[in-house]
Amino acid sequence: MLKMPEPDQSVLSRRSAIVTALRKIIHDDEGVIDSELERRPYESDGLTAYRQLPLVVVLPETTKEVVDVLRYCRRENIKVVPRGAGTSLSGGALPLEDAVLLGMCKFKRIIDIDYDNRCVVTQPGVTNLAITHAVQDRGFYYAPDPSSQIACTIGGNVAENSGGVHCLKYGLTTHNVIGVELVTMDGEIIRLGGKHLDAAGYDLLGIIVGSEGLLGVVTEVTVRILPKPTGMRALLLGFPSIAAASDTVAAIIADGIIPAGMEMMDRLATEAAEAFVHANYPLEAEAVLIVELDGCAAEVDHLVAQVERIAGKHGATSCRISMSEEERLLFWAGRKAAFPAVGRLAPDYYCMDGTIPRRRLAEMLDRIREMEGQYGLRVANVFHAGDGNLHPLILYDANKPGELERAESFGNDILRYCVELGGVLTGEHGVGVEKRDLMDTMFDQVDLDQQMRLKCAFDEGSLLNPGKVFPQLCRCAELGREHVHAGKVRFPDLPRF
Amino acid sequence: MNLFCPVNTAEVAEIISETVAEQRPLEIIGGGTKRALGNVERPGNRLKTIGLTGVIDYDPAELVLTARAGTPMWEIEDLLEANRQMLAFEPPSWQSLLGSDGEATLGGVLACNLSGPRRVRSGAARDHLLGFSAVNGRGEIWRAGGKVVKNVTGYDMCKLLTGSYGTLSVLTEVSIRVLPRPETSASIIVPANTTGDAVRIMTEALNSEHEVSAAAFIPTNSSSAKKTGEVVIRIEGHAPSVEFRAAALRQLFARTDRLPEVASERLWCEIAAVEPMLGNEMDFIWKISCPASAASGLLHSIQDAIPDPRILLDWGGGLIWLAASRFQTDVVTATSAIRSAVDGVGGHVTLIRAPNDVRNLVAPFHPQSPALAALSERVKTAFDPHRVLNPGRMYEGV
Repeated sequence: MLKMPEPDQSVLSRRSAIVTALRKIIHDDEGVIDSELERRPYESDGLTAYRQLPLVVVLPETTKEVVDVLRYCRRENIKVVPRGAGTSLSGGALPLEDAVLLGMCKFKRIIDIDYDNRCVVTQPGVTNLAITHAVQDRGFYYAPDPSSQIACTIGGNVAENSGGVHCLKYGLTTHNVIGVELVTMDGEIIRLGGKHLDAAGYDLLGIIVGSEGLLGVVTEVTVRILPKPTGMRALLLGFPSIAAASDTVAAIIADGIIPAGMEMMDRLATEAAEAFVHANYPLEAEAVLIVELDGCAAEVDHLVAQVERIAGKHGATSCRISMSEEERLLFWAGRKAAFPAVGRLAPDYYCMDGTIPRRRLAEMLDRIREMEGQYGLRVANVFHAGDGNLHPLILYDANKPGELERAESFGNDILRYCVELGGVLTGEHGVGVEKRDLMDTMFDQVDLDQQMRLKCAFDEGSLLNPGKVFPQLCRCAELGREHVHAGKVRFPDLPRF
Repeated sequence: MNLFCPVNTAEVAEIISETVAEQRPLEIIGGGTKRALGNVERPGNRLKTIGLTGVIDYDPAELVLTARAGTPMWEIEDLLEANRQMLAFEPPSWQSLLGSDGEATLGGVLACNLSGPRRVRSGAARDHLLGFSAVNGRGEIWRAGGKVVKNVTGYDMCKLLTGSYGTLSVLTEVSIRVLPRPETSASIIVPANTTGDAVRIMTEALNSEHEVSAAAFIPTNSSSAKKTGEVVIRIEGHAPSVEFRAAALRQLFARTDRLPEVASERLWCEIAAVEPMLGNEMDFIWKISCPASAASGLLHSIQDAIPDPRILLDWGGGLIWLAASRFQTDVVTATSAIRSAVDGVGGHVTLIRAPNDVRNLVAPFHPQSPALAALSERVKTAFDPHRVLNPGRMYEGV
């Protein structure tokens, strides 16, 4: 288990004074949650192996309340952990014992739907799916679709730069957010972007998206919406090996086709999904590939035929093409239920999220198979095959002593191997607490120091969401210092400031 | 004045370390084609990245290309074209616009975040940079991002470095996302009587399900107040799809023409290069980014300050190119009139082209709020505490 920073005893001892002060800032009596019983639901996020009761929970309703809470905490040197819906799979919203948990769930209003500029201005507590629901009657939708979209909030999506099954063609959150209002730890309100494109100065919007709540608290978001494609069809393809399926994926892309979605499951994941939704998945296949094409009917029909031909050439043993919207959704039902379905194979599962260059997929799978034996744990594999993003699900039983730790080491080994193959630690779930201590497998100290210096530009006191993303606590004064070689400052003649 | 031409990342680091020791800032240059952008005042010493050349890794099926930052754009584009791929943000060539020669480099395009007409559909340069090696203002070699298209490990430094005009770090090696080149393309021409009319047509096209990849308005009678002209709408993709969508789009509007592929491609190159309105090279040219729906009203509201501008609209109206004769326009008054109009609707204005003496009078980049300016200075400090990399190129203090 990872260690969180030592709690600040002076903050813990001031707890009741802090609660009183926050009650003066927050107008709603129920906006400050103090009792242990009511704080309990906030003790964890989607990374449920980690739990910590927060110091106090604050639920502001206005930007001004966010400003006042942050100013107060800055002045009193109290840490703050921002939280959306709490669906993070990497522990990004994990509370700290000595930190105020700042829940943004009351920011749940869509402010402006602007079809002429194809965008929606919304408060951050609105769910991802609610944005699509608000614009779908006019034929529009919001493209990024993380599987938790029914629950996760757009503010959380901004923090994590969430993806989904359609990001190969339509991008991640960062490609679909064009503006935010945020409050810095100093209580300063800053607007970045808006309904126009690109930034005047530094692209700070780009750095806010995916900053995992370490740089500011987002209080408003402007997202792009897209006209919904008129046609969608999917192919359900079975292959005798992962290698054959993965060659097919490469060949589809090399042929100039960017499918709306391209998902792969291995045999164990397929069996679990089939038992769960009865979608008639090809159970004899070692790998199942779902390829979805969207666009006008002329395009979809043309591309479906092309993908069918490519799959055949690469040894597909079965091929079904959706002939109706029901059938298309049925193909997806198994994939979308893959996580809960796998959950029935074992009491617990641990979901990983590395990305590798796609051409290394078969190697990766071989290595996972080897490690299964070594760790004595089984893995079901689900991939966003188009972009090489892997979700190996490690099956374990938390009630068996040592199994969680074993699953965690197994997961870490998988991620290390991702980096070794030229990939990265996380494709869409974020670093959070979970992958924090692996950051040095991908970055050296200079790289991490540069990232932490950027953090200092936004939050000099390191009060916002500390203990996440970086393996060591960020100490801004130290990072600002010059290099000292053999007791000498590097450039002794320079004036220091 | 010293001119440095390092041939590898280690040399870049060495040069910057010496620069810090000597307290002599550097102007960072790629091919030098966009030197006319930004504040006029430049350091005497220069670091040119054109010695950092060559494609390091390119596997078309991975949709990723890794190259050294000084690699000329033509080399990247030729290689991609040979593999039926492209940079989807359609990097424009601004040599004519800026009156420069030389060869644009990949690093330079990214440092300026230059995106062409397809920006409205496929995103900007900043959306396509996946990872890099760079040297910061402390002379340290550092890396961020990766060589895969899906990555959220650490802060998204790629976004921050793109469009930072070499003021935060010198890019030395970049990995960039590439996409299949469309099999074919076509453009639909729709006549428009006013800019308002043009924006309505472009919005209708972009809001349709026909996956429009670019929409621009070229006034044919550019200097008349009435601005009659032609809206050009581009569609790209597989042949059967382009045929279907071209026909469908033509049914949306009363009178249309269709440009075949070759003519369409040529026209969009010209639009990307802003050629339809270049005219007199003594003119001032501004680039305005605003909500598309505000374009027409915005132009109306500045007609007192700039009575007879020439314009070109791209990005469905979200990008306004504006030119005015230097003999009839006071650049200070005009720029501030445009800026205050844009501040009212959201967006920003860059003075792209003006003689040096004039560019000393006007901040080329849109001024920022005090809070944002202070934050930008702190960000600069995080990368370049001694202010040795292109200081003042974007803003004072940055």
